Amino acid sequence: MTLHQSITEDTKPAYNYAYLDEQTKRMIRRALLKAVAVPGYQVPFGSREMPLARGWGTGGIQVTAAIIGPDDTLKVIDQGADDTTNAVSIRRFFERTADARTTEATEEATIIQTRHRIPEAPLKAGQIMVYQVPQPEPLRKLEPHEAETRKMHAWAEYGLMQVKLYENIARFGEVTTTYDYPVMVNGRYVMAPSPIPKFDNPKMQMSPALQLFGAGREKRIYAVPPHTSVRSLDFEDHPFRIQSWNEPCALCAAADSYLDEVVIDDQGARMFVCSDSHHCETRRAEGHRGAMLADASALHLVEDEAKP
Amino acid sequence: MAHDDTRIGAGFADPVFQSQGAFRALLAALSEPGLARDLGHAVDAPPGLAQATAVALLTLADYETPIWLPAALRDGPAGAWLRFHCAAALVDDPARAAFAVIDGAAPEPQLASFNAGDDQFPDRSTTVLVQCAGLDGGETVTLAGPGIPGRRTIAPAGLRAGFWAEVAGNAALYPLGVDLLLIHGAEVLGLPRSTQILETR
Repeated sequence: MTLHQSITEDTKPAYNYAYLDEQTKRMIRRALLKAVAVPGYQVPFGSREMPLARGWGTGGIQVTAAIIGPDDTLKVIDQGADDTTNAVSIRRFFERTADARTTEATEEATIIQTRHRIPEAPLKAGQIMVYQVPQPEPLRKLEPHEAETRKMHAWAEYGLMQVKLYENIARFGEVTTTYDYPVMVNGRYVMAPSPIPKFDNPKMQMSPALQLFGAGREKRIYAVPPHTSVRSLDFEDHPFRIQSWNEPCALCAAADSYLDEVVIDDQGARMFVCSDSHHCETRRAEGHRGAMLADASALHLVEDEAKP
Repeated sequence: MAHDDTRIGAGFADPVFQSQGAFRALLAALSEPGLARDLGHAVDAPPGLAQATAVALLTLADYETPIWLPAALRDGPAGAWLRFHCAAALVDDPARAAFAVIDGAAPEPQLASFNAGDDQFPDRSTTVLVQCAGLDGGETVTLAGPGIPGRRTIAPAGLRAGFWAEVAGNAALYPLGVDLLLIHGAEVLGLPRSTQILETR
């Protein structure tokens, strides 16, 4: 590069690689290593201002920025979908600031940043999940004071959480928490798995992938190493159960994936479709056809790859 | 090339990417305890510091992280190198250190003399870099815990007598305790406090 380079259209803005400065990355990296050493414990970190509002995934973005390198392939999902606003803008952020290679295919990704879902395709060793976390403290709704919740974690005083789940069962006959369902990590810390549906909780148990959690507004980082026990809290006579549906995905006929309910007209008609868009597309490409695929394809809402 | 005390060797030639690569190896080392990772030969390590020690400290240490070194290293080129490249304070008191470098064969200091964190902030503990004579060929140690499917065996060489009892004692403090990085040459093997020592022979 010469000093006399003229400023042209394709000159990139002078950000450091992956946006954060190196001192910030070191601070986050140190927090990540301690988080991995104490699975489920929330490590405080100096969360930075990011070029998007807090609550839009700044914690996850800072974690991804601290770990990403030229060898990585990044996938970003929002509620399971690769093509929603948050996912698209975060993917573009890393394409611009880190020249990141991006993908929608779960099996090709080395880093998967996610809001509110774990992909349906099984995760592999060497992959890193980065969760965007709005509220890292599972006890916060029960105890508003940080000084108190910190003591509760320090002394493993989790009776209050058990009482909350018990009261749920006493009033409604079952635990009514359906997302952000609390888990016990490595038999020691109660952890918020971020607002993933409880359907995804069993995927965290002994996962071969490393799972990192970033809460930007709340300034906390925590982690679950591969092959770590992650048990959803329950009672012997009321074991933990995941959601199930009466019908399969209307587009790809998957009976074992997490389904979103979509209202399709003003008469109350609805359809259930996979929330994991890449999983649904993969299945359709393999020839799986749901009951409403032909209709959706006729309206050009999805591509029907089996059609000539 | 012979070192003299006035010459400070080079740090990273490309700090952004070399520290990123080294960090990922360290992250993998601590998330999968007992599997050796290569930190590469990116720097001109001063005498007394192994390649991996120098790379790890350059990746992680800065003015926020006091470092404890054995007196001979602290007052020699290694101390000068770390002061210059990391801008880190070198402290006398092991309990104040965020990072520490020890010789695995030396009888002192004990792991218990470093900061184990406190019950509300277990993350404030020291990370101890243990330089040893090799990552295999020593007594066989069986590990279990997070990051290990079932069990894993390691056999680092050249560690002082009683070292594994100290590590087991450290693991018993969980969730408190120091986190260890066993280092030989450019290789590093993580032993976070969450790793249990099942058997030594």
